[in-house]
Amino acid sequence: MASWVEIIVACFLLLGGIFMFVGSLGLVRLPDLYTRLHGPTKATTLGIAGILLASSIMFSIKNGGLSVHEWLITLFLLITAPVTANMLAKTALHHDVKMLSRSRGHELMEPARHRYGPEGASENTKSGTESNNSKLP
Amino acid sequence: MKPSRLFPMPIHSILLFAVWLLLNNTLAPGHILLGGFLAIAIPRLVAGLSTEQPSVKKPGLALRYCLLVLWDILTANFEVAVKVAGPMKKIRPGMVAVPLDIKSELGITLFASTISLTPGTVSAEISEDKRWLYVHALDVENEHALIQEVKQRYEAPLKEILGC
Repeated sequence: MASWVEIIVACFLLLGGIFMFVGSLGLVRLPDLYTRLHGPTKATTLGIAGILLASSIMFSIKNGGLSVHEWLITLFLLITAPVTANMLAKTALHHDVKMLSRSRGHELMEPARHRYGPEGASENTKSGTESNNSKLP
Repeated sequence: MKPSRLFPMPIHSILLFAVWLLLNNTLAPGHILLGGFLAIAIPRLVAGLSTEQPSVKKPGLALRYCLLVLWDILTANFEVAVKVAGPMKKIRPGMVAVPLDIKSELGITLFASTISLTPGTVSAEISEDKRWLYVHALDVENEHALIQEVKQRYEAPLKEILGC
């Protein structure tokens, strides 16, 4: 393999590695559950994309032809990452996990938990019976 | 493309066929045959479960939207990286409620997913009447500006693409 290919692959691996590291650093450093969600959803998408791009280039050139597995993995990640983030946030809300005290919008936690609009719980209480599927016991 | 008896969900059939070949990374006749069988059999099995979804009205704009989102993911990564590496005292997290103009479920799903993938925001919950999306942001400077930004940048083009 030509050395310029190796250099490009190494650059992508390094980029991917750095962003994976930052994502994990976010998990350790960020102060509460909701902020911690931001680490894995953002930094790791680019981190994984970098590593997969490196793999795609490497095997496309090594074996000839195009290696496209990696593009599929990236696609599936882009589709599923927001869903996991959303489910985690939802679960935290319904378990009444508190935000960091200096966060803004504490008044929105209660309506969000009951899935009302933010203007107040009163006008939407009639829909309470239909919402069993979304409320945790 | 019109749905027929053999292909009740033509786009899904094409997608399934392509993904099967991509996953196997091959164009061998055996896999083409098996992929073709799956592309016909699976949509026929699940066609009864599918619900009516709005179709893409403007493919050109949809492509531009994808590129915009990819670009934003790239910049979001750098922004979040800087914030994560910086002092924790400086971040100002917060919850905001974004009023939704999109009505269709597909539109809301795409909008919420885009928000989760881009700069420092994660969509957390949606109100029962589908008029409000609760979004958690890593660093809020001005709630109103944030709401306006996501609405203009992502919701407006999505609305145009899906025509609803």
